[in-house]
Amino acid sequence: MKPADKQAYLEEYEILKKKGKPFFPYAVLKDSTMALIVVGVIVLLSILLGAEQGPKADPTSTTYVPRPEWYFYFLFELLRVIKPPELVPIATVGIPTICMVLLFLLPFYDRNPERRPERRPIATTVGCLTIVAMAYLTYLGATGGSPTEIEMKVAPQYEAGKEVVAGAGCLACHKIGENGNNGPGPDLTHIAQRVPRAAIVRSVQIGPGIMPSYRDLPPRKLDELANFLSSLD
Amino acid sequence: MRIPDSIVPAPLRRPAKPGEGGNDKGQAPADLKTSPPERPSDVQRVSDRAKEAPADVLAWVDQRAGASGFLTGMLYRKVPKGTNWFYTLGSATLFAFIVQAVTGVFLAMFYTPSPTQAYASIAHINNDVFLGQFVHGMHKWGASVMVILIFLHMGRTFFFGAYKYPRELNWVIGVVLLILTMMMALTGYLLPFDQRSFWASIVAINLTGTGPVVGPYLADFLRAGAELGGTTLARFYAIHMLLIPGAIIALIGAHLYLVVKLGTTAPPWVRAGKPKAAAPVSQLDAGTEGNGASPAR
Repeated sequence: MKPADKQAYLEEYEILKKKGKPFFPYAVLKDSTMALIVVGVIVLLSILLGAEQGPKADPTSTTYVPRPEWYFYFLFELLRVIKPPELVPIATVGIPTICMVLLFLLPFYDRNPERRPERRPIATTVGCLTIVAMAYLTYLGATGGSPTEIEMKVAPQYEAGKEVVAGAGCLACHKIGENGNNGPGPDLTHIAQRVPRAAIVRSVQIGPGIMPSYRDLPPRKLDELANFLSSLD
Repeated sequence: MRIPDSIVPAPLRRPAKPGEGGNDKGQAPADLKTSPPERPSDVQRVSDRAKEAPADVLAWVDQRAGASGFLTGMLYRKVPKGTNWFYTLGSATLFAFIVQAVTGVFLAMFYTPSPTQAYASIAHINNDVFLGQFVHGMHKWGASVMVILIFLHMGRTFFFGAYKYPRELNWVIGVVLLILTMMMALTGYLLPFDQRSFWASIVAINLTGTGPVVGPYLADFLRAGAELGGTTLARFYAIHMLLIPGAIIALIGAHLYLVVKLGTTAPPWVRAGKPKAAAPVSQLDAGTEGNGASPAR
């Protein structure tokens, strides 16, 4: 923005302001109406949806679904879009950080004096695309269910392990056959081809990367789980 | 303030000013004589005085604080032509924050940030405390409403180009407020200490840990130990209700100060325009002038 543009803006703004109405009562009336609507909506949501408690937090439990609040879905979904483990830091921290820095510095690299959205095609397009992308990721997060059932047919000796896997919420992050979410964790449908049984056990106990640790899983259940997973080839 | 004469013993009463009313030399005050002159009753005088008390107090404060000039300037400042409903999103976000602050204070009266009692104290709020679940619900859903409003407010600012000169600094403050709001949402999510919040917080901390350079240290700081537990909960609680709210309130103050100082923008398509007489008559007839929207492209 050149000094002349700045000067022109300030002069234009001065005239617009002179032609305007006083903040009180005109803008205050609109603001108060909006405030009433906001409180009304919050009260309504509270009455209709309440604040039910889930089951008590239990570090030793194995049935849980690690789901963030809906407005973090778009971040959570980024993890599913970007799968290779070496790229996970890019999804978890890289992209959000870059977006935040870009947002932060917006007035410093967008120096176009034009303000009308239709005359700033790049800015308007990028803005719309960002909204669409975030809405799409949020939608994916909302519909990407957290089933606790695996439909895959397995030999009877692996049924117990299948139940453990389904109940432990693995499907929140892993895909097994037709069920589960394909990410953030790797697809487990053919896990036995890639990972030996001992490594599976170690992963479940340690919780590599962003995966939570299941070290409190009882040994018998861990054994069943490992039997089931190491049969998937 | 004067004390009514009737409750003051005669010798202590304030003497009349020279030259007005008063008594002759050596005479008793008038109301001690048999037929006192007409004067307002004491009840009347006290109530007159009381009626002026609020104005007196305000004047007293204003003499010292000098706030009236600022308030008048703020309330009666002009907002530019064309200001519309999109411009209420910022104050709506502020209002959602106030709702969060008020409901949060009431929740804090009953909440215990200890891993053994947190869950039970929320159950107590929900089931026993008068309107407990209602206030809890307002806080929970108010968070969603505030996040939506802050994004809408940012969208308006972006598409209207309102972050440009001279309001760049206010945009930067706004982005920090957005990040702080998301951090409030994140730290508040653990507090109910149910399964969902517990495991989601573990994942959130693990996500932080994958960050470059500072990631692991930040994750260790948040977790406050090898595992998520009582210290983590207390830490999240302190961050959620002391650290971030303080920062948010300070930054909202700076944000509003700049809004008042620089003025709110006009919608970008509204132009100061040329005098109407300059426009061709045919255009005016066709109504293309609208409500003062830009006549010239």
